[in-house]
Amino acid sequence: MKFGITVFPGSNCDEDVFYVFQNILKQDVVKLWHKETSLQGCDFIIVPGGFSYGDYLRSGAIARFSPIMDAVVEHANRGGYVLGICNGFQILTEAGLLPGTLLRNISQKFVCKNAYIKPVSTSALMTASLDSQRCYKIPVAHADGRYYASEDTIKELQDHDQILFQYCDANGQILSESNFNGSLLSIAGVTNRQKNVFGLMPHPERACDEALENTDGRYLLEPLLSLQTV
Amino acid sequence: MKNELTTLQTARDLGLLEEEYNRIQEILGRVPNFTELSIFSVMWSEHCSYKNSIAWLKKLPRGGERMLAEAGEENAGLVDIGDGLACSFKIESHNHPSAIEPYQGAATGVGGINRDIFTMGARPIAQLNSLRFGDLSSERTQWLLKGVVKGIGDYGNAFGIPTVGGELYFDTCYQVNPLVNAFSAGIVETDKIASAISYGVGNPVFIVGSATGKDGIHGAAFASKDIGEDSLKDLPAVQVGDPFQEKLLLEATLEVIASGCVIGIQDMGAAGIICSTSEMSAKGEHGMDIWLDEVPLRQPDMLPFEILLSESQERMLIVVHKGREQEVLDIFAKWDLNCAQIGVVTDTGKLRFYQHGALAAEVPAHDLVLGGGAPVYHREYREPAYYQQFKKFDPASVAQPRDYAEVGKFLLRHPNIASRAWVAEQYDSMIGTNTVTTNTPSDAPVVRIKGTSKAILVKADCNGRYVHADPEIGSAIAVAESARNIVCSGGQAVAITNCLNFGNPYNPEVYWQFVKTIQGMKKACEKFNTPVTGGNVSFYNQSDDGGAVFPTPVIGMLGLLDHYENKMTLDFKNENDPIYLLGELTNDISCSEYLYSYCGIKSSPAPYFDLEKEFQLQQAVTQIIAQRLVQSVHDVSDGGLFIALAESAMAGNKGFEVRTVDPIRKDAFWFGEGQSRVVVSVKEAQQSTLEETLRTLKIPFVLLGKVSHQDFTVDTKVWMNLKEAKQLYDNTLASYLK
Amino acid sequence: MMYLAKINIMPKKEILDPQGKAVKLGLGNLGLRNIEDVRIGKHITMQVQAATYEEASEEVELACQKLLANLIMESYDFEIEEVK
Repeated sequence: MKFGITVFPGSNCDEDVFYVFQNILKQDVVKLWHKETSLQGCDFIIVPGGFSYGDYLRSGAIARFSPIMDAVVEHANRGGYVLGICNGFQILTEAGLLPGTLLRNISQKFVCKNAYIKPVSTSALMTASLDSQRCYKIPVAHADGRYYASEDTIKELQDHDQILFQYCDANGQILSESNFNGSLLSIAGVTNRQKNVFGLMPHPERACDEALENTDGRYLLEPLLSLQTV
Repeated sequence: MKNELTTLQTARDLGLLEEEYNRIQEILGRVPNFTELSIFSVMWSEHCSYKNSIAWLKKLPRGGERMLAEAGEENAGLVDIGDGLACSFKIESHNHPSAIEPYQGAATGVGGINRDIFTMGARPIAQLNSLRFGDLSSERTQWLLKGVVKGIGDYGNAFGIPTVGGELYFDTCYQVNPLVNAFSAGIVETDKIASAISYGVGNPVFIVGSATGKDGIHGAAFASKDIGEDSLKDLPAVQVGDPFQEKLLLEATLEVIASGCVIGIQDMGAAGIICSTSEMSAKGEHGMDIWLDEVPLRQPDMLPFEILLSESQERMLIVVHKGREQEVLDIFAKWDLNCAQIGVVTDTGKLRFYQHGALAAEVPAHDLVLGGGAPVYHREYREPAYYQQFKKFDPASVAQPRDYAEVGKFLLRHPNIASRAWVAEQYDSMIGTNTVTTNTPSDAPVVRIKGTSKAILVKADCNGRYVHADPEIGSAIAVAESARNIVCSGGQAVAITNCLNFGNPYNPEVYWQFVKTIQGMKKACEKFNTPVTGGNVSFYNQSDDGGAVFPTPVIGMLGLLDHYENKMTLDFKNENDPIYLLGELTNDISCSEYLYSYCGIKSSPAPYFDLEKEFQLQQAVTQIIAQRLVQSVHDVSDGGLFIALAESAMAGNKGFEVRTVDPIRKDAFWFGEGQSRVVVSVKEAQQSTLEETLRTLKIPFVLLGKVSHQDFTVDTKVWMNLKEAKQLYDNTLASYLK
Repeated sequence: MMYLAKINIMPKKEILDPQGKAVKLGLGNLGLRNIEDVRIGKHITMQVQAATYEEASEEVELACQKLLANLIMESYDFEIEEVK
């Protein structure tokens, strides 16, 4: 497996994701500059967080037209795996690879804290092996994280088991108070119908290093390593 | 364009004194034209020349075996931290811009301080900020605070460097003039340090980053006779920060420095192109010929003085080895940034600026700069009457409270003490995955340096109320408390940067505060062996009635930990762990939040402080942490002992059962802010070893009680439980700032 | 009477507009290279109950000055039409 991390002007979590895949998960990983057109033979593409193009206009709107994104879209359409984290999630929705969109948080404020999430989908690669009875402590850091989609889309997500995670409290209860950004159905992450493209608002790469005294993020990323090279 | 000759009146309009105007004519040997005079006016301003403060700043200790750059020599301080690495760090004020437009004022402050760090080749890894506002219940304060916090967050978050801590105080003296100080620290390999210098005749000079607009040139523009109504209308009222541009500039700058083609580099902050061309040239003892037509402009038809003085953000000046121009152009093109050669290095020692083929200004670099020809003044100072008045305070005149639990609750929810989460959560504190105190808090944030076992600790600290009451003791306390916070977190205090926020230096009583502050800071820095690596002076911070704000010398301290795993945390860990108070019991309520806010007594001297005892306490804390004798360590500061206990309990989701220890006043015991005390919790099995160690070290201590399940119990009375405490502590800021 | 106000709020032209600048860069990357000077503001519509056009206009003017625009950095203009 070879992982590729896209880097747009204004990406700023690329280095953190790279560090986790290289130094902690011990994977073959490269960075893919936005002006490039080739994925360098990567099997799994990660679109990291940050503020691509300053998040001006709409988060992810400008990055979506970068040359590298044409290659990422083509890769996904061929069934290749893609994970978007935070701003990466926003870029993937702008690119049409994931349903729905991310609106300004209900508080209208940027929020950075430990969030708790609960796995939902039992058929998606990322969540299938997780314990649906426990919650995972994963940091969030975003201003535009309120998941929104039309009623029809939400129904489709439910019908096809496409909801990856929901926000909950530290005891695993899904409450309106634990839905800090106001997402529909407390949605923290979704996958596409084919379940090869994943989007997460929380940052699993911020919870992998023992030095940080929280390694819950590894539970989310380790299932990805079990993939067979296409 | 005519570049008219100037008169004494023009000089006065530009804020220069008659003696300064005469001196300029001597330097030039002729009457300066307007462009030249405006150059002198900004370079000899307080902001660039420190003319009213440098004589005293030089008395601060600046040397040390770890210092790689002396204060004022480079854009920021530089400290050797071993393993071939250095830490560059600095604090700077953006008070006045933030008072006009809080969002952009604070945002551009963050941008400026980070450029000071990465212009040295260092990648920023941690930011702090230190904020002061007026009464939290006033609409103006709420507007300022919301704007400042959003400005800092939007800029720092997009820039991608964690904001790991800070401080926030409210007092009516800051009602009109808030203080917004931003701190950044970065790491550089010692063989990749860049310097703000220029030399080598024929070497090209580049400007990179944003285009230049008419930002920040009001003073000069209004003094210019040459400028029409239309042009005045074109003056932007505020500078707008662009964190996206700054992020690109960071990456491109570090890349160009690593390429080895850079001779010298300096960011453009105050006084823009003229400041960087003159400081770099003076340092390298060379000159420059600059072609202003080559500077990328945001607004058309800019006059020479406008281009030279513009404070447009996100720009750098770079001097490059001749022949390597293309490498530089390629790097900046990769990052979609402007990069234009605007001149060459000469051996004249003079700066010559050309526009449309004509010489617009010619000035000697050396005479413009601090340490060169810039004036140095010794201002008069006088002890203000209030100082002796405050000392007459008699604690016996204060009746002890009837309901202690009520005081505890009052303090827990007081805006100066309550949780800062409303602010802190708007900042990305975790990006970079190095903030090792995210899940377990310490007195000072600990930031790991990847690729090593090391961590830096950073802390901003100043209690302006103490400094106002007694500038000499108050500023020493600011240094001592920052060091104490670092020591309580397991680190070693290494060096400081300072941001000296004062009123009008021409007021002798304000200047007395400044002088005494420097004297106190000097003593404390010498004691803790923490030299001053640089910083910033902000004068003219005035309040409503024209009076000055509290003298507020904010200390930004750098600490070091060889192994980040040896950090110490402040949260109570296990029920039944005994709790001790280390340090002297002092019968002191002076200047405490309790006395000032609860009792409403505003005149009292600074709290008890003994520098020698503080030092011994910190040595002892370092030793007991190293010997792993304690479970938690937290210093006693604002709000006193009760608040320290409550904070450790809330962080650990525990309670405590403690008792008052005679013979001092009960209010002094629980709420007094006498310095040099820390609260530790310990495993029962280690109790006797701890006690023995403290006795050997001659550190006074008392057993207060033990960690409990949920209740905060004092002298067998439950003051509140954990849940109630959190309700009070967590919701104060949000309740005002909906 | 009911009036519809259409308000445009724009960053003042002398002030840097980072958003416009980044969007211009994005448009350039899309191959749209003839576009210059992109500036981004806000469009706000609101209904105003007022006796006359002038009264409605005054009300909107006040709204712009007091809240909708940050006059340090932004300029505004608006048009008002009667809602039938």
